[in-house]
Amino acid sequence: MRICNACRYCEGFCAVFPAMERRMEFGEKDLLYLANLCHDCGECYYSCQYAPPHEFAVHIPQTMAEIRRQTYSEYAWPGALKGLFAHNGLALALGALIAPLLFMTYLYAVAAPGVFFGAHAVADGAFYRVMPHGAMIAVFLLLGIGVAVAFAAGLWRFWRDLGEPLATLFDGKAMQQAIVDAMTLRYLDGGGEGCAYPDEVPSTARRTFHHLTFYGFLFCFAATSVAAVYHNLLGWQAPYALLSVPVVFGTIGGIGLLIGPVGLMWLKIARDPETQDRKQSGMDTTFLAMLFLTSLTGFLLLILRESSAMGVVLAIHLGIVAGLFITMPYGKFVHAIYRSAALVLNALEKRRPVKLPVGEI
Amino acid sequence: MDPNQLYDVLIVGGGNAALCAAITARQAGASVIVLEAAPKHFRGGNSRHTRNFRCMHDAPADVLTDSYGENEYWEDLLKVTAGHTDEKLARMVIRQTSECRPWMRAHGARFQPSLGGTLHLSRTNAFFLGGGKALLNGYYRAAERMGIEIEYNAEVNELNFRDGRFHSAVVVRKGFTEVVRAKTLVAAAGGFQANIEWLRSAWGEAANNFLIRGTPYDNGHILRLLMNQGARTVSDPTQCHCVAIDARAPRFDGGIITRVDCVSLGITVNQHAQRFYDEGEDFWPKRYAIWGRLVAQQPGQIAYTIIDSQAMGGFMPPVFPPIQARSLRELADALKLDPQALERTVAEYNAAVRPGKFDHAILDNCSTEDLQPAKSHWALRIERPPYYAYPLRPGITFTYLGVAVNERAEVCFEENRKLDNVFAAGEIMAGNILGKGYLAGLGMAIGTVFGRIAGEEAARRAHA
Ligand SMILES: Cc1cc2nc3c(=O)[nH]c(=O)nc-3n(C[C@H](O)[C@H](O)[C@H](O)COP(=O)(O)OP(=O)(O)OC[C@H]3O[C@@H](n4cnc5c(N)ncnc54)[C@H](O)[C@@H]3O)c2cc1C
Ligand code: SF4
Ligand code: SF4
Repeated sequence: MRICNACRYCEGFCAVFPAMERRMEFGEKDLLYLANLCHDCGECYYSCQYAPPHEFAVHIPQTMAEIRRQTYSEYAWPGALKGLFAHNGLALALGALIAPLLFMTYLYAVAAPGVFFGAHAVADGAFYRVMPHGAMIAVFLLLGIGVAVAFAAGLWRFWRDLGEPLATLFDGKAMQQAIVDAMTLRYLDGGGEGCAYPDEVPSTARRTFHHLTFYGFLFCFAATSVAAVYHNLLGWQAPYALLSVPVVFGTIGGIGLLIGPVGLMWLKIARDPETQDRKQSGMDTTFLAMLFLTSLTGFLLLILRESSAMGVVLAIHLGIVAGLFITMPYGKFVHAIYRSAALVLNALEKRRPVKLPVGEI
Repeated sequence: MDPNQLYDVLIVGGGNAALCAAITARQAGASVIVLEAAPKHFRGGNSRHTRNFRCMHDAPADVLTDSYGENEYWEDLLKVTAGHTDEKLARMVIRQTSECRPWMRAHGARFQPSLGGTLHLSRTNAFFLGGGKALLNGYYRAAERMGIEIEYNAEVNELNFRDGRFHSAVVVRKGFTEVVRAKTLVAAAGGFQANIEWLRSAWGEAANNFLIRGTPYDNGHILRLLMNQGARTVSDPTQCHCVAIDARAPRFDGGIITRVDCVSLGITVNQHAQRFYDEGEDFWPKRYAIWGRLVAQQPGQIAYTIIDSQAMGGFMPPVFPPIQARSLRELADALKLDPQALERTVAEYNAAVRPGKFDHAILDNCSTEDLQPAKSHWALRIERPPYYAYPLRPGITFTYLGVAVNERAEVCFEENRKLDNVFAAGEIMAGNILGKGYLAGLGMAIGTVFGRIAGEEAARRAHA
């Protein structure tokens, strides 16, 4: 960090370097902040005249990735699950697989075999004949609350360790700026032409696939929310018609979630091994796989919902969604939480007067 | 690299000047081979360490603010070189810098929108996004796309001439010696600053204590070969861009981060704890380039800048931590200076400081009275512990002794001998324009303009 601050050649790439210039010393909280501000685009590694094999061996993306990995595990809640980040790939894969199995077993046990394996018309409440609505709500509400609490706890501790009071996290303007930065992936453009990912050549591929994934996720989320409104306020029961709002949203989002994760995965495989933090790939790939499978099984459900396979597919789909939820606080998803918080701090800092001692002595 | 092929243009070097020449020659339809002595990781010579490019412009333009006209640029150059420049070539470079940016962009260069932070040079200089290595990466990508052959680890160590013309080059590549034939040669192999032997012949034993800021591959071998053929030279071997850098920097390749930015805030003493120059003479960027020479003239080629806690934090943070002590005596011990001498120097200085209003952003009125040498600005008493010191050594950026060229980048030879297929660009001929002193961003300006000219002329000659 000292080297970068004396050099500053990379300051046009992203928010990390200007943030570095606002400090003279680099304590733990500064590293925590900078690492989570870094989008791992790789530009600064390829541009660095001190990158290995130079004796100074500056490797910012790798250093940052390592700190982030520590961040994710340190702030995991409950603390007992910290270890999940260490053996991430396997643990998550197991978690992700167990959930669908449980659902299958449960549904098989509860629903009469004729219902579970039977063909269904697209009629009101067909899904709930397989799994009662109340049970579905209960399971996902519990999961949702658990996940939200885990995120909030992590975020709270992270923010505290950045040395910020809770009030500043909710600064309206800074939040707005951070949301814009996050939604547009402002700092993933390598200063204009795209970033050096997966290799030296500037490209917008990562940004595109990330957008597809992210907005895919948002659309699916919106679909679920609209469905909830339909069901609870309007009394319309799922499954819905092909051209209904939830299905259209879900389809758009689902397409994003099919292409985006595959693209990101492909970039990850293609990525220059010099810039990879291999220890993270377990958690990255599991998360991407879960997103992809969520979408895939969603589409299968859409196609097969009138056939006798519906019960099984529904169980698998719900199971995978549940798996996604369960593993979210202990996998790659958390980057969204900490990065957004870092962006809020970045927006705040930009407004604060810089303490440059020149002229004040 | 094909020993049976007769290339149109052979380029020796792999820095900015070389790549500009290669791309231009290829664009003009020539077959081009680039021979770079460094391995791929260290390709790009000194150019890899650069940050910006000085350009003339008559109105605010993309990344440049305000205007910076030909005459102002020329005046600035005249000031630093004290007349050691070729006006015709210099004005040509200045004018052409105004047209370079679009060409650079088209071949992979990216610029940084006008800059925040501690340096404010966006009026005169365009900054490369990510610095010189990023620029060179862009150029190399463009060169590969265009079908330019590039060989790394390929050091040219002999040039063969036949019938008064360049004929072929002998290259050592991965331990094997090979011959490459080409119709024309562009020498873009940098200065000779990495050749300590050569520096010693000009500076004496002092050169043993010089640190080289840039690539270890610029050993001047190509310059020597051309001189042996009777190339006329410009400037002299003691002239170079030489700044004071942290004495703890590595011998080679420390680059930009080893600079020490606080000389104007404190006092600077030599091995005998004596001051030797007015530290507050002018703004640091302006005076930056003279301190290397000043330190080179001190015994042991070492000096120490001393500040106290008041000045700490008021400058670009250097990469090496300061040497710190609670008293001057302790500091002297740490620096192996005579404690009494240091205390005396500081006491005399403190006594001469006259009260004023300190302002590092202007030439303020804090100065000393009746002190030899004076400190004319930013003179504050050194009295608040802890005290800090940064050790300094001469850091050589690049040397100016080079081959004389004309406006077509042709190398000029003694006795008007014709050697009509040898061109030069970059540091190896920068002395034509920069015989003395330095102006930030001029190195890349000369290399870019002359690189493009050399490439174009070489391609034309090859096809003639
Ligand atoms: C730390 C630092 C910062 C600088 N900052 C700036 C700046 O901001 N702006 C600016 O304008 N200038 C700057 N300069 C100066 C600038 O680097 C030079 O003026 C410029 O790079 C010269 O380019 P060049 O192509 O002539 O030489 P170089 O870039 O040094 O390239 C010479 C090449 O020749 C190769 N070579 C040498 N001998 C042989 C051989 N026998 N066979 C094959 N290849 C050989 C070398 O490996 C190297 O690739 C800086 C210099 C340094 C050291
Ligand atoms: S990554 Fe390298 S080039 Fe970029 S600011 Fe840091 S030291 Fe400088
Ligand atoms: S990898 Fe990209 S985002 Fe991270 S610090 Fe480097 S340039 Fe910034």
